[in-house]
Order: sequence, then structure tokens, then C-alpha cells
Amino acid sequence: MSATALEPTTTGHAEHGHHHTSTGLDNRKIAIWAFIGSECMLFVSLISTYLIYKGKSRVGPYPHEAWTDPATGETFKAILNIPVTSFSTFVLLMSSLAMVLAHNAVVNRHVKRTTFFSRLEGNSFFWLVSTALLGIVFLMCQAYEFTAFVNEGLGLTTNLFSSSFFVLTGFHGAHVTAGVLWLFTLASIDKKRGLRTDEALNVDLCALYWHFVDVVWIAIFVLLYLIK
Amino acid sequence: MAHEPDAAHDEHAHHPTAKTYLWTALFLTIVTIVEISAYYIKPWEQSAIYVPSMIFMSAVKFGVVCAVYMHLKYDHKLFRNLFVGPLMIALVTCVGLLFLFGKVGINLGITG
Repeated sequence: MSATALEPTTTGHAEHGHHHTSTGLDNRKIAIWAFIGSECMLFVSLISTYLIYKGKSRVGPYPHEAWTDPATGETFKAILNIPVTSFSTFVLLMSSLAMVLAHNAVVNRHVKRTTFFSRLEGNSFFWLVSTALLGIVFLMCQAYEFTAFVNEGLGLTTNLFSSSFFVLTGFHGAHVTAGVLWLFTLASIDKKRGLRTDEALNVDLCALYWHFVDVVWIAIFVLLYLIK
Repeated sequence: MAHEPDAAHDEHAHHPTAKTYLWTALFLTIVTIVEISAYYIKPWEQSAIYVPSMIFMSAVKFGVVCAVYMHLKYDHKLFRNLFVGPLMIALVTCVGLLFLFGKVGINLGITG
């Protein structure tokens, strides 16, 4: 076997952002998928914890039914706010659409655009900022929800429901926050010098992370909010 | 040395168009509306099919986002394996834990 066969070949397409690897795939993309795989395990373990503790809280407030404190006689209504969460779910779904359009715009940078809508379709900066802003709206909804819970007497250590709920949704919110920061970083690069087609992988990695955060919420929304 | 085809080069060759993404978003929105409606429709919400139907719709949305938005349908199968493998391990563990803690059970018809 020749020496060149053993060497990692970073020549050729390296200047265009592609690296030859033994798999023929970019290692960064393999890494993000491995990371997403490990994140699956994290979130499924948190969801499992929530499901195991579901219905085992000795004191309220409860997620779906009212509760009267026997000590004080005070009545607490069902704590979950489905309309607000439905809105934030829709916002996150739309952010995924904006994200995929941002990636599409960078990939198809070379396409000539004449009409208003085609120019909008090709405006990666607009889609990246839109995704980040929709992520911020989602986080605001979560902050509103958490504040309302605390005001209604449901803190992190109140009962098993609150502990597992806050940890799970809090972890998800932290992931959304990281995604928003990543999106603003890409948007600032795009604004400064424009993301080139050969840099589409950078957007693709962020998009994969963002869509993963979205699919985790799809599961959380049904398992925590819609199933009593 | 023969130049091997680089999978990274074909990475974006078969990605869907913006139109496909818009139709996917519409589909996801409709399914979400059905899910939320089911929560408020009492006969449905109190029926035995409520939980399975919600999990099914959620799984469909999950699969569509992974296939279309995350390009698993179009990308190299290694990516799919890297995602589905750990997901399956996690789900099997989750179901195992739910059985272990008595959250779900199989009625074998055995009485004590």
C-alpha cells in the first residue's frame, strides 16, 4: 500500500470546504449526528423520568386537574396552559420551516432571482434571523409559563411532577437558547460577508441541531401536555 | 489512484425544494391542529383510542421532520443509523422502565 493511501487526504476539495475521508462523508456531519444520537438518549431518559413519576405527586398543584390543599383549603386549578403551549409549538414548527429555507437559500446561492418571492426565498440572512426570533418567541412563552407556575405555587421542589417537568422542559429550553446563539452567529457571518454555497454545511449542522430540538418538542408536547 | 465518488459532493444533489418544505410545514400544522382539537373534543379525549392516536400523530410528525427537514430520506444511510440506533436503544430502555415501574402492563389473564 502506498504511503499516500494512508495519509488523510485533505487536498483537492479542502479549499472548497470538503475533506476526503474514509467514509466519503464530512466528519463534522457524522459528529453532529452522533451528538444528536446521544442527545436522544438524554431526552428520552428525562421523558422516562417524567412518565414514571406521572400521577405520583402527593401534593398539588397538578398538571391536568384541580387540587385543594387540605391544610389551608386553598384550591389550585389545573396548572398546564394548553393554548399558550399550542401557540409556542406552532412557533417552533414555523422556526423549523424558516431554518430549512435558510439552508436552502445558502445551497442555492447561485440561482438567479428576479421576482420578490424568489429573492425572499434566497435571502438566507432573513431566514436565519427569522428562525432565531421565532426561537426567542418560544423561549418567551416558556418563561411566561414558568413564571405563571411559580406564581401559582408550583416551584422546582414542590412535587414529583414539578421536579420532572421543570428539569425536562428546562433542558429543552437551554437547548433552544444554544440554538438561538448559534443562529445569530451564522446570521452575523452572513450579514458581514455572506455565506457561500461551499459553506452550506455550516448551516446544515445548525439546521440539524435545530430540527432535533423541534422533534424533541413534538414528543414533549404530546406526552406532557396533551396526554392526561 | 482512481478517484472515488465523494458522498459529500452529492449531499445536496437530491435535497427537496422550498415548495416541498412549505407543503411539509402545512402538513405538520394540520396534524398539530388535529392533536390540539382532539384534546378539547371530550368523546375523543375520553376514548380508548385517544392515547394511541396522539402517540401515532406525534410519531408521524417526528418521522416527517426527520425525513424531510433533517434530510434523512435523502442523505447517506450512515446518518440514519447514527440517529435511529441510539433512538431505538433509548426507546427500548424507556418502555422497559415503564413496564418495570408498572406504568404499562400486559394482562396475561393470570389471577392469584
